[in-house]
Amino acid sequence: MTGAMNRTVRVAMPAHLRTLANVSGDVTLEIDGEVTRASILNALETRYPMLRGTIREHVSGERRPFLRFFACGEDITHKSPDEPLPDEIASGAEPFYVIGAIAGG
Amino acid sequence: MSNVRVLVGTRKGAFILTSDGKREKWDVSGPHFAGWEIYHLKGSPADPNRLYASQTSGWFGQIIQRSDDGGNTWFQPGTPAGLPTTTPDGMPVGESNKFVYDTSEETGKPLTTHQWYDGKPHPWEFKRVWHIEPSHDDADTVYAGVEDAALFRSTDGGQTWAELSGLRGHGTGAQWQPGAGGMCLHTIILDPKNRERIFIAISAAGAFRTDDSGATWKPINRGLYSQYIPNPTAEVGHCVHHVAMHPSNSNVLFMQKHWDVMRSNDAGDSWQEVSGNLPTDFGFVIDVHAHEPETIYVVPIKSDSEHYPLDGKLRVYRSRTGGNEWEALTKGLPQENCYVNVLRDAMAVDTLDSCGVYFGTTGGQVYGSADAGDTWAPIVRDLPPVLSVEVQTLS
Repeated sequence: MTGAMNRTVRVAMPAHLRTLANVSGDVTLEIDGEVTRASILNALETRYPMLRGTIREHVSGERRPFLRFFACGEDITHKSPDEPLPDEIASGAEPFYVIGAIAGG
Repeated sequence: MSNVRVLVGTRKGAFILTSDGKREKWDVSGPHFAGWEIYHLKGSPADPNRLYASQTSGWFGQIIQRSDDGGNTWFQPGTPAGLPTTTPDGMPVGESNKFVYDTSEETGKPLTTHQWYDGKPHPWEFKRVWHIEPSHDDADTVYAGVEDAALFRSTDGGQTWAELSGLRGHGTGAQWQPGAGGMCLHTIILDPKNRERIFIAISAAGAFRTDDSGATWKPINRGLYSQYIPNPTAEVGHCVHHVAMHPSNSNVLFMQKHWDVMRSNDAGDSWQEVSGNLPTDFGFVIDVHAHEPETIYVVPIKSDSEHYPLDGKLRVYRSRTGGNEWEALTKGLPQENCYVNVLRDAMAVDTLDSCGVYFGTTGGQVYGSADAGDTWAPIVRDLPPVLSVEVQTLS
């Protein structure tokens, strides 16, 4: 787990969110302090304000129901958003995944 | 010569269809916002190149898009106060806009619940914008009808939105229930003669009117009869599907209810049924000819459980008498094996001398008629399911 320092992390998002943010591939973010799900999403929404409300509700800050979060292959959707993430995420070796629930037909 | 621009919202993006006044050859652009549901897009009467679009997703929520060049380029108008207008890389920033219900003591009258399908109290939850209605006079003023039902207004070109909370708070809000498609505010009519008067409709609450620019509201459902609710003549609870008005005669309203086509001659204070000889009076769309205030159009649908035309024949019905006497318009429309639906915001008219009428189907066709409905032809056949159709007549 990581201590408080500037870290560079990677975030992988669904195609619709990449289109909204005008990015292709993973995005890279600087995190000041502990690398947690909350700090990553805060940095993501600061860097890409157009994503506000698309991952977490505008008002409540709650995760939108059809989205999930993964770190190092583990589903962390229902863990505390303030829980420190593994070193592989904090170091940027592995991306933090925002994933939409599969639906189709 | 005038041009026509048809704005089409679909389940998987927006499309813009343009033609000259002959309306024979069409250019198609799109999909804009590919893969997203575009519930509605509409142009400003004050500035036809100002367009607003409601881009939504069950996964990612609500985005308001705006174009200032007739749909060639789009951007999200909302930039948070105090933040730079560009990212560190110089990209323009936009923000998916916030629609926050007013819960203040002063104006929100802390209305926290409406009725759920089973009659239990259910909290108000914002889901999406169903309808966007730009002001007659000011391109930066625009109204949004949302699910769960409420009316919002922006006076800064869509950057920020504030609820006109007198609607939810006028007294009946706690009794409102969702229809099958959700509890949506889907119709907004701004009276061109009386600028303080606005009509709105909610499924399944009914129609409402304000005469003071949205501060106070009242239900206008007297005369509606709905067999599917416990009290068929209740003040609220009616599943109004759409309402239309001719701008020259704003006291006359036409309504397609769940079942029944209705007419009001007194700005909604009372309604009379004008279904007349329609083969079925279930349906979603209703609209008025641009130059003939008593000529109206509907697309009858078989029933509330079978959302397709009767007998597999797609027929628009026209009344030139303001209702009751209807004629089927079939030339150019499929008359066998057609089982599409035409949703509530998917019909519009242009204002050329020979009035054009347009509608879109859940099968992805957009049909147009350049002769007020006498003959029809598909403009496009294979779009995603069409959610909304609007038309701009450009000089």
